[in-house]
Amino acid sequence: MTVGAERTDLGSRPVGRKGRRLRAFLRNPTFIAGLAILAVLVLIALFAGLISPGDPQDMVAQPLLWPGDDVQYPLGTDSLGRDVLAQLVYGTRASLLVGVAAAAIGLAIGMVVGALAGFFGGWVDTLLMRLVELFQTTPTFLLVIVILVIVEPTLPTIAVAIGLASWPTVARLVRAQFRSLRESDFVMAARSLGYSRLRIIVQEILPSALPPVIVAASVMIANAILTEAGLSFLNMRDPNVISWGGMIGDGRDQLRNAWFLTALPGAAIALAVLSLNLVGDGLNEILNPRSDQ
Amino acid sequence: MRMGRRIARTLRRTAIHAVPTMLGIVVLDFLFLQLMPGDAADVIATEAGSATAETMALMRERFGLDQPVLTQLASFLGHLARFDLGYSPRFNASVVDIIMERLPNTVLLMVTALGFALLVGIVVGSVMAAWAGRWPDRILSVVVLLLYSMPGFWVGLMAVVLFSVKLGWLPNDSNMTIGSSFTGWALIADRAAHLVLPALALASFFVAVYARLVRASMLEVQRQDFMRTAHAKGLHPFLIQLRHALRNALIPVTTVAGMHLGNLLGGAVVVETLFGWPGMGRLALEAVLGRDFSVLLGVLLLSSFLVILANVAIDLLHAWLDPRIGEA
Repeated sequence: MTVGAERTDLGSRPVGRKGRRLRAFLRNPTFIAGLAILAVLVLIALFAGLISPGDPQDMVAQPLLWPGDDVQYPLGTDSLGRDVLAQLVYGTRASLLVGVAAAAIGLAIGMVVGALAGFFGGWVDTLLMRLVELFQTTPTFLLVIVILVIVEPTLPTIAVAIGLASWPTVARLVRAQFRSLRESDFVMAARSLGYSRLRIIVQEILPSALPPVIVAASVMIANAILTEAGLSFLNMRDPNVISWGGMIGDGRDQLRNAWFLTALPGAAIALAVLSLNLVGDGLNEILNPRSDQ
Repeated sequence: MRMGRRIARTLRRTAIHAVPTMLGIVVLDFLFLQLMPGDAADVIATEAGSATAETMALMRERFGLDQPVLTQLASFLGHLARFDLGYSPRFNASVVDIIMERLPNTVLLMVTALGFALLVGIVVGSVMAAWAGRWPDRILSVVVLLLYSMPGFWVGLMAVVLFSVKLGWLPNDSNMTIGSSFTGWALIADRAAHLVLPALALASFFVAVYARLVRASMLEVQRQDFMRTAHAKGLHPFLIQLRHALRNALIPVTTVAGMHLGNLLGGAVVVETLFGWPGMGRLALEAVLGRDFSVLLGVLLLSSFLVILANVAIDLLHAWLDPRIGEA
C-alpha cells in the first residue's frame, strides 16, 4: 500500500512496469489474504474499547468458564474470572504496538548504520561492521532480557529493547545494497552534479535500496511480536497491560484443567505473525521479482 | 593437501579476527552489566530475609563488589587470561564449574533440535521443490508457514497438553526422572523421553526456516548448466537431485544454520525454563534475576565463542561442499 505510493513518488520507473506490479499485487491471493487478516487485526486494535467496553482486567464472571459455557463470554474466563475474549482484543493492541514500534526502531538504526558503512566504506565500514559483529555474536534474546532488567519493563521500553537488539540484520542488508549501488551510473551522475553526500544517500541511493528493507520490515514486526510473547511468558512484561504472551504465561498454571487459556492467545499470536509473513512473502515476490520465477 | 592449506588459512584468519572481537565482547558486556540495578549481595540479602549493613558490606568485600568498576574489570580480565571466569556468590562455586555442569545439557538439547530441524527441513523442502506448484507442495507450504508463525514455546505447551496431559506418553519436566536409578538402556530411554518435547519446541521454528530455504534454493539450482549436463549424461533424476541440486542448496542452509546458533541459545532460555531443563539458557535467566554478573558474563562469553566457532566450522563445510569457494 505505502509501497505503491513511494514507488509513484519516485516516478523513475516506466508506467508499464508499474501497472504490471499493481496487477501482480491483485493476482497474489496469499498476499491479499495476509493483508486482509492484518487489516482486521489493526481494526480490532484500534477499536478495542468499542468491541469490548470496560476494563479487560476486571473480574466479570465465575472463574474458569470454558468457551461456550456462557454465551456472554464466548471464549470463557480465566482463573481470575476475566473475560478471555476481551483480553484477546486488548492483547492485539499491545502486540501490534510493540511489534511496529520495535521494528521501526530497529529499521531506523539499521538503515543509518548500513547506509554509512556501505556508502563511505573504509574505516567507517570496518568500525561499524565490527559493532554489528559484536551484536550478532551475542544472543539477541538474552540482550533484550538484560536491557529489561536495567530499565523497568513497560510497553515502550520493551519495544526499545527489542528494537535495539534487532538492527544488525537490517544494517547488513542496507550496507550490501549501498555497496552495490554506490558505483552505479545514477549515483555517478548525482556526484558530477555536485549533490551533497547527504542528498545522494537519502534521495538517490536510499529509495533504490528500499525494496529488500520493506520485505525485512514485515519479518521484523513478526519477530518482535514473537519476542514480546516470549518475554511476557517469562514475566518480563508491563503488569498494567494485557498481552498475548502474558496470557499464555498466566494460563500455563491451568494447563491441566483449562488448556484453552494457553491455546487461544497462542493462536492469536500465530495468526498475527502468519499475516505478516504472508504480506512479507507477497512483497518479496512483487518487489524482487527475480527471486521467485 | 589443498584442504589442509585451506583449514590452516581459515583458522589463522579467524584467530586474528576473533581475538579482538572476543575482547570487545568481554569489555562491552562487562560495562553493560554494571548498568543493572542492584548486585548479588542485594538479592542474597532479600532472599535470606534479613541482613545487617555489616554482613552486606562483608559480602561485597569478599566478592570484590565494593571495588571501582575498572578495578573489577582489570581483575576479571586477569582471571580470564588464565581461563578463570571468577566465582559466583550465589551458587557458591566457581563459574567454570557451574557452566560446565550445565553445558552438556544445553549442547545435547541444541544439537538434537538443530539436527532434527535440518533433517526434517531438508526432506520437506526437497519434497516441496520436487512437486513445486502441485498439491504436495501446497499442503506442505501451508504446514510450514504455520510452523513458521507459531511461537516455539507455545508449540511446546500444546505438545505438553497432548503428549503429557492427555496421552501421558512423555514427561514434561527436567531432563531425567528425579530420584531414579536407571542404568544402561533404561537410562538412555529415560533421558531420550525427557528430550523429545523440549527439542520439538526448540526445533519447530527452524524446521520451517530450513524447509522454505531448501525449497527456494533447490528451485534456483534447477536452472543451472551443470544440472542440464547431469540430465544429459543420463544420471538417475534422484541422484541428480541428491548429488548436484541438494549439495548446492545446502550452502545457504548451512550459512543460515550458523547464524541461528546464537538465536538458538536465546530460544533455549524460554524452552529450558518451560521444561525445567537444567541448561545454560535457564542458568542465564537465573543469573540475570539473581544479579549474578560473573555467571551471566561467563554464559555470554561462552555463547559468543560458540558462535565464532560455528562460523569457522561452516566456513570449512562450505569449502567441502563447493571447492570453488575461497579459492580465488
